Amino acid sequence: MADTVSSPDVRTILDAGGYRAALEWTARRAEAFVIPLAALVVGMVLFSLFILAVGKSPVQLYETMWRGGFGSWFSIQNSLSRGAPLLLAALCVALPARLGLVVIGGEGAIVLGGVAAAAIGVALNGAPSFLVILLMGVGGAAAGGIWIGVVGALRHYRAVNETISSLLMAYIAIALMNHLVEGPLRDPASLNKPSTQPLADIYRIGNIPGMEVHWGLVVGILACVLSWLLIEKTRWGFAARIAGGNVRAAQVQGLAVGPLIVGFTALAGGFAGLAGMIEVAAVQGSANGSLAAGYGYTGILVAFLARHNPLAIIPVAILLGGIDASGGLIQRRMDLPDATVLVLQGMLFIVILFSETFYGRFKLFNPDLWQRPHFLKGNV
Amino acid sequence: METTDIGLWGVPLAMLGGAIRVSTPFIFVSLGEAITERSGRINLGLEGTLVFGAMSAYAVAVMTGSPWLGLLAAALAGLCFGLFHGWICKFPKVNDIAIGIALMLFGTGLAFFFGKPFIQPSAPDLPAIPFGNWSDIPQVQAALNVNVLFLIGAALAVFLWWAFRNTRVGLIVRVVGDSADAARAMGLNPNTVRLLATGVGGALAGIGGAYLSLYYPGSWTERISSGQGLMAVALVIFARWNPLGCFAAALLFGGAGALGPALQSVGVTQGYYLFYAAPYILTLIIMIATSSPSRTLAGAPGELSITK
Repeated sequence: MADTVSSPDVRTILDAGGYRAALEWTARRAEAFVIPLAALVVGMVLFSLFILAVGKSPVQLYETMWRGGFGSWFSIQNSLSRGAPLLLAALCVALPARLGLVVIGGEGAIVLGGVAAAAIGVALNGAPSFLVILLMGVGGAAAGGIWIGVVGALRHYRAVNETISSLLMAYIAIALMNHLVEGPLRDPASLNKPSTQPLADIYRIGNIPGMEVHWGLVVGILACVLSWLLIEKTRWGFAARIAGGNVRAAQVQGLAVGPLIVGFTALAGGFAGLAGMIEVAAVQGSANGSLAAGYGYTGILVAFLARHNPLAIIPVAILLGGIDASGGLIQRRMDLPDATVLVLQGMLFIVILFSETFYGRFKLFNPDLWQRPHFLKGNV
Repeated sequence: METTDIGLWGVPLAMLGGAIRVSTPFIFVSLGEAITERSGRINLGLEGTLVFGAMSAYAVAVMTGSPWLGLLAAALAGLCFGLFHGWICKFPKVNDIAIGIALMLFGTGLAFFFGKPFIQPSAPDLPAIPFGNWSDIPQVQAALNVNVLFLIGAALAVFLWWAFRNTRVGLIVRVVGDSADAARAMGLNPNTVRLLATGVGGALAGIGGAYLSLYYPGSWTERISSGQGLMAVALVIFARWNPLGCFAAALLFGGAGALGPALQSVGVTQGYYLFYAAPYILTLIIMIATSSPSRTLAGAPGELSITK
């Protein structure tokens, strides 16, 4: 990067009108859009081949998927509802990822966040609704935040691998939830599906006016925007990006890497816990086994697809929410197992990860490698 | 089977039997992962391989009537998954841990996709050898009814321990795992060695899956694996990449996993779900106890991303 000639202002002077500078600006940024989109297309083509191989029509499948996910106002609202928890679950992966950590146990934070919120909502029955909902949110976020924050602390202070520990913690969290909803917190009236006592209606989160989508979507989008601001515009985010690039360098610079890691993982877990709280307050009405619905795992895929960019998470989560939402329709219309969606997600995931290898490989996206005027040769 | 009342002795006995029964998939997955990690890669996708192995073994056993053909199918399927992981990770900037997570989702999804028709029919079991016939107490007989795969796994652990030290292939795998540069200087291609090591690791994980569906619990359901594939990865670290250690750790984990059912069998039902979490908690505690921020783990392959 010591190449002074490649700085835009010099270039602009070199080529009159700034046309080339604009082109270079576009080219440099195009890579981050073109490669993931191409990977998405390749993944869908591979999935078409898979569907052909099992004797079904990929055209019909994608048509069904479109109809089930985005074809009507009804299905769009359904997709948005399913995308809402994915926004928060993906942040649980994306934030630690900026520090170079691969945390995949968001499911545990979601589950515990939901249980904590339900317990608070039941315990405070009778208190003013805004206060209870606020405390439910805080409690859910705290439960998730502590859970994943511990993973971060173990990583930094004990060098315990965060990928494995977070997943183990997720299994422990699910066992803990089963214990609580079948034992101490169980509503005796819930026979077939052990649950906590149902929340009073005034403590439920309603829908956004004019839509059949709950407020969780707004919370999720806000969380993504705030996370983006945190990472890109604050000094903590800057420090995190340095530590993510090179821990040693960050330590040499005097950055407090430990608190940074614990803070980011706790925040990430807090978002996932909030997803659990919203799931309880807006969808389920009580905490039960449905909390472990796999949002945490789909969230991993969302975060990687978005390349851990919180703003990119918003469209990707809604896209995957739509794919999720169409699962039932695919099952009914095309006589395919409900796991079809899982296969598609797995394929997309692999292709996206594989596409990492193409970053920086194409001349097209790197103006430094473009043909230069003769008098600049050798100056690169 | 009649039960004789042996009181609280039933708990350690059920745990011993459970340790032998539950540990077998751990043994195979962890030995497979030990081979892969010794070559310098980590394959978190073994969880998916395990589930797909369980499904394919069950499906083939149902269709052919032979559990051994099922076992073979599971090993082949595992080999394919392993080879795929090994191949895709050779490309620059492709992260082996992330690919493992993706393969975990993909393998599970694929297993559920193809396994749907096989949830109902029943498949023949892999044979077990009754070592407990000398006793007339049914619980003892049950505990010592040992599946052949457990014995094969034990033998394999000893063989691998010997082979890593004393054979050319063992040395090649270790060199590649410790320093790719040194391996290249010796004229070895690290990518090829890792490809094969990941392939073999996948095949062993597939066999572990076959045990799940063809012996214990002995049926194919979508909940067949509860993270055994992942715990096995943690277990390899705990065992310091030593095959004999893997075997011992697998037994320990099996015993922890059998704690819940064993207590339930003597009438302790309080906190059943908490006991169910015992193996995960044990894994976590062991990881915390054996990791250290200030030094690299003894015996850790130098090229392994997870310990860097």
